[in-house]
Amino acid sequence: MSAIVEIVNLGKYYRRGEQIVPVLNDINLSIREGEFIGLMGPSGSGKSTLLNLIAGIDRPDSGSLRVGGIDIAGLSESELADWRAEHVGFIFQFYNLMPVLTALENVELPLLLTDLTRRQRREHAELVLDLVGLHDRSGHFPHQLSGGQQQRVAIARALVTDPTLIVADEPTGDLDRKSAEEVLELLERLNQEIGKTIIMVTHDQRAAAKAHQIRHLDKGVLSEDQPFLPDV
Amino acid sequence: MFFIKLILRNLLRQKLRTGLTILGIMVAVIAFCLLTTVVNSWYAGVDAAVAKRLVTRNAISLAFSMPLSYLNRIRQVDGVQAVTYANWFGGIYINEKNFFPQFAVDAESYFDITTYYRLSAEQKKAFLLDRQGAVAGRKLAEQYGWKIGDVIPLRGTIYPGNWSFVLRGIYHGAEKSTDESTFFFHWQNLNETLKKRNDSRIDQIGVFVMDINHAERAAEISHHIDATFKNSLAETLTETEKAFQLSFVAMVEAIVVAIQVVSFVVIVIIMAVMANTMAMNVREREREYATMRALGFGGGYIGALILGESVILSLSAGVLGVWATLPLVDLIGEKLVSFFPIFLLSQATVLKAFAAALVVGVVAAVFPLASVLRHRVGDGLRSMG
Repeated sequence: MSAIVEIVNLGKYYRRGEQIVPVLNDINLSIREGEFIGLMGPSGSGKSTLLNLIAGIDRPDSGSLRVGGIDIAGLSESELADWRAEHVGFIFQFYNLMPVLTALENVELPLLLTDLTRRQRREHAELVLDLVGLHDRSGHFPHQLSGGQQQRVAIARALVTDPTLIVADEPTGDLDRKSAEEVLELLERLNQEIGKTIIMVTHDQRAAAKAHQIRHLDKGVLSEDQPFLPDV
Repeated sequence: MFFIKLILRNLLRQKLRTGLTILGIMVAVIAFCLLTTVVNSWYAGVDAAVAKRLVTRNAISLAFSMPLSYLNRIRQVDGVQAVTYANWFGGIYINEKNFFPQFAVDAESYFDITTYYRLSAEQKKAFLLDRQGAVAGRKLAEQYGWKIGDVIPLRGTIYPGNWSFVLRGIYHGAEKSTDESTFFFHWQNLNETLKKRNDSRIDQIGVFVMDINHAERAAEISHHIDATFKNSLAETLTETEKAFQLSFVAMVEAIVVAIQVVSFVVIVIIMAVMANTMAMNVREREREYATMRALGFGGGYIGALILGESVILSLSAGVLGVWATLPLVDLIGEKLVSFFPIFLLSQATVLKAFAAALVVGVVAAVFPLASVLRHRVGDGLRSMG
């Protein structure tokens, strides 16, 4: 399969007063379409920064970053926003659902940026909510759902626009073991059955076990490719 | 619809905060409307002034009078169509608290010129036939429970002694904004009493009021009248009715300016209350707005959400404030009719209150919005909310 994400010599720095703090150094990474990749590493290693760069919510300071053949670093803010809306599905550690919207409305939210009619939006949202097994919770607000259910709503929201890739930042980080397992199974199904490309940042070995390959980041440096080797 | 729904639900998230903010703005809007209405009530006479009407008084001050003999000479001035006259009486009804304006007027001509005072033909005839008769405004009569035929005693201050009048008519204002709290009686009654007392103020007039044929000739006619009495014992000052009324407002100008400043301060207070509420709302939702931006919503959409919420909040409070002001204005107008004969919430004041609420809503949204857009999406996503 062709590479959907191509990162060459990518660097990212932050300024702290006069000081320049390197976060990512000379990153080279290629992710093929339909791949499920896990990014692991200690806190502050730059995992989330790399994920944000791939998802187009931050910009690299050096190197090249192409997603789906597009040099996203060269896009303007509004072009980048449009690109994200069309190509990226986000899953966050703390779900990041709108508390004033029901599960169905949360899933419908990204579709407001499309040309779909209200009825079409509803139909799409219901379909995806059904896919994650929460059709009967469509009228519930986030506070009326368990953590696992909220994360499944967030997954439905990430899926509803049929994005090119799904980025998940610690998707099981706030869940109990059972809910985490359900969420990981769902992500695995999305990858295997629908062929979605998933990039997941995680600390969780069980979560990493679902990935096709694991990449480790340490102090902003990415390790060589390695298949997942479970702890014994 | 989704957009409006999101704004309204966000508004109702912190019900207590939203409620208290609305209450705060309501109180400020009420204060703004009442203060503006107080200022307007001072200008009511100016607003009601007729363009084709002139007022002649003694050039030294209103406290000095003019001889009645001026009447015919004013009548002869080219352009003058009708003349009447009046004297300020300044009597006390029962006690000093019961203040209301009283004028001794030429009964024959006064109500022909001051057509904004509507008096029925029957009552006017009764007034003309009774030298002891008087006419009171509707609000004044209602305030003291006077009925036609009642005897009204006044204790004179400028013209000492006990005076009594028989109420022969109750006038209504032609407009809602016409003063209905003035008391009129026969100038001849006053003059005859002064004659009996051998008072030095016999045949003296406070002001002449005249209608002219063209408003554009006001300056020319005024000049002509004043020139007629140049170098006499009582030189005159003639001005338009509007200028005459403005001279009264000028006496309390400092108070008017102070009230206007307070009105402005009230708006600034509303702005601070609103800005604080919006800043808190937006700060709490930093991660939500960052999430929306990550999903692809642009700054315009987020801006419209914040601005919409702020404007809906401030305008709702503005509408409720104006609505709550209406009965208060009626109550104050009724209770303080002696001080504010015309105390009406004008359309202009209502529009000003809404405009202020709108401006407050927009300004209160600007800084939180700028703060949201200034933050990077990644930082917003990390915020704890």
